[in-house]
Amino acid sequence: MFDTRDDAAFVRFDRVQKSYDGSTLVVKDLNLDIARGEFLTMLGPSGSGKTTCLMMLAGFETATSGDILLGDRPINNIPPHKRGIGMVFQNYALFPHMTVGENLSFPLEVRGMGKSDREAKVKRALDMVQMGSFAGRRPAQLSGGQQQRIALARALVFEPEVVLMDEPLGALDKNLRERMQYEIKHIHESLGVTVVYVTHDQTEALTMSDKVAVFDDGKIQQLAAPDTLYERPENAFVAAFIGENNTLRGRVTAIEGDICTVRIGGDMQVRALRVNVDGEGAETTLSLRPERVQIDAGEDRFDNIFTGKVQELIYLGDHIRVRVSVAGNDEFIVKVPNATGERKIKVGEELRLGWTAADCRALDPS
Amino acid sequence: MGLPPYATTGERVWYYAFRVICIAIFFFLLAPILIMIPLSFNAQPFFTFTREMLTLNPEGFSLRWYEDFFTSDSWMRSIRNSFIIGIAATVLATTLGTLAALGLSRSQMPFKGLIMGILISPMIVPLIISAAGMFFFFSSVNLAQTYLGVILAHTALGTPFVVITVTATLVGFDHSLTRAAASLGASPTRTFFKITMPLILPGVISGALFAFITSFDEIVIVLFVAGVEQRTIPREMWSGIREQISPTILAVATILVLISVALLTTIEILRRRSERLRGLSPG
Repeated sequence: MFDTRDDAAFVRFDRVQKSYDGSTLVVKDLNLDIARGEFLTMLGPSGSGKTTCLMMLAGFETATSGDILLGDRPINNIPPHKRGIGMVFQNYALFPHMTVGENLSFPLEVRGMGKSDREAKVKRALDMVQMGSFAGRRPAQLSGGQQQRIALARALVFEPEVVLMDEPLGALDKNLRERMQYEIKHIHESLGVTVVYVTHDQTEALTMSDKVAVFDDGKIQQLAAPDTLYERPENAFVAAFIGENNTLRGRVTAIEGDICTVRIGGDMQVRALRVNVDGEGAETTLSLRPERVQIDAGEDRFDNIFTGKVQELIYLGDHIRVRVSVAGNDEFIVKVPNATGERKIKVGEELRLGWTAADCRALDPS
Repeated sequence: MGLPPYATTGERVWYYAFRVICIAIFFFLLAPILIMIPLSFNAQPFFTFTREMLTLNPEGFSLRWYEDFFTSDSWMRSIRNSFIIGIAATVLATTLGTLAALGLSRSQMPFKGLIMGILISPMIVPLIISAAGMFFFFSSVNLAQTYLGVILAHTALGTPFVVITVTATLVGFDHSLTRAAASLGASPTRTFFKITMPLILPGVISGALFAFITSFDEIVIVLFVAGVEQRTIPREMWSGIREQISPTILAVATILVLISVALLTTIEILRRRSERLRGLSPG
């Protein structure tokens, strides 16, 4: 049987607004649909409203106006403990006076489940996060990564349909964070649970999510799959926030179909993809990924060829960041892979740089 | 903690003077209490050491004052009263003080400072003023010379201690724990008894202990508010000293010291145990 609900929104924010003081809106007119089983990440700088949205979904904050729906049911008037939504907190929030087993058993006890059922479920949940032998320990006896696994298991043990995660990996070191990212992703895939994840770390968002909602200034700037977000940002904020980005500012002089010509600093003309410009004569921000710039470019393959003087080389192991001065912009970055046979670049050298119009996106002025 | 080899003469003098001062302070604090203990075994009705006692002659010692205490109706009534009033006031003060501290720890609570000040005021206002005020107020509502009146008065005195100790415990309390409990499906009541209460228990116990001790050795309010029926131990001792000077008081004092030491030890053991369970100190 085909389940039609799979296509419908499972969690829906409908014209949601939130204000703490009654005058400034922290969340402005939020509309967001999350499908059943989806891994959606709310990504944004601090103060962008992403955590407020998560707290409203969990029930710890109330929406000033608008509706939040869970499976077609408005949940604005349902208290947090009756929403049946699991949550993983940044500081783990494990109950320190209970053992790991008792922590996991707590949501099951609350639901009046019998002892043998509880034990079976707790064991399965602990095995899922590879912590099967830790049931008798207290949280204080565990490392940060272990505590986070337990917090994850506790949020999943009562089989909620939605799990919220509020920067759960923020307190872990880099290696552990990467391992946990894969683990959470695999658990999500095997359980099919809907996950709403909040982070300010773009790598985390790109690695784990089906979809990413980029928040800024209380609004969703773009909602898209990770690859779309990185390769086809729709505005200057998203382009700058996700990944590394070369920014060139200029004015549109001509538009032919999808391609527009932009004059930057003096009489330099750049051909770029028209994404988010008002028309001829409008100000625009050009966004160009450093890895899409080719050095020693041949004339035929690129729409844009410029020469630039190498200002600085930054060695990063797998690649070298080359800071070049192009068209009066000293902050132009080119990534050169550190591959066999790649020639050595020297500071002060003149480089021929080329990029296609398709890789250079003309966005709103910022 | 020995003296370093480069210590100057001044530092050496201070090093030993400091120890002498410390011993003197302890002596000053403990001597009046400790001196009562041997005196309470005096065979003679005096408050001084007799020749027999100083020569450790067994004839000089007796348990007659203890016997006197345990067979006296008025002493027995007063010790019963002290416990009834002390325990009832402690239960009330602990409940009210804990609830007040929880409310005051909420970030959205308005007029925090003012409310805290009012709750703490019984500790700061001179006792004689509170006692006089309560005497007039309780008289007009028929609470004077009743158990309830004394219990309520002692509750007011004990509550600030509970508010202060529980507030101090709540400073380190992680409020995401209550959110976590809610997200796991626990109602606010269940969250309070299963999560909040066990974690703030050390503070609650300390507060309860202070509240009990406050009531147990309080006399000013008892003088004003209590009648003959509600006489507590301190009140009985007070009239004992004024009316018939008898070393029974020394026996009572010795028993009270033992009760206090036992109580403090028990509570401290309980508190350490729950602190360990809370995961705050290594177990």
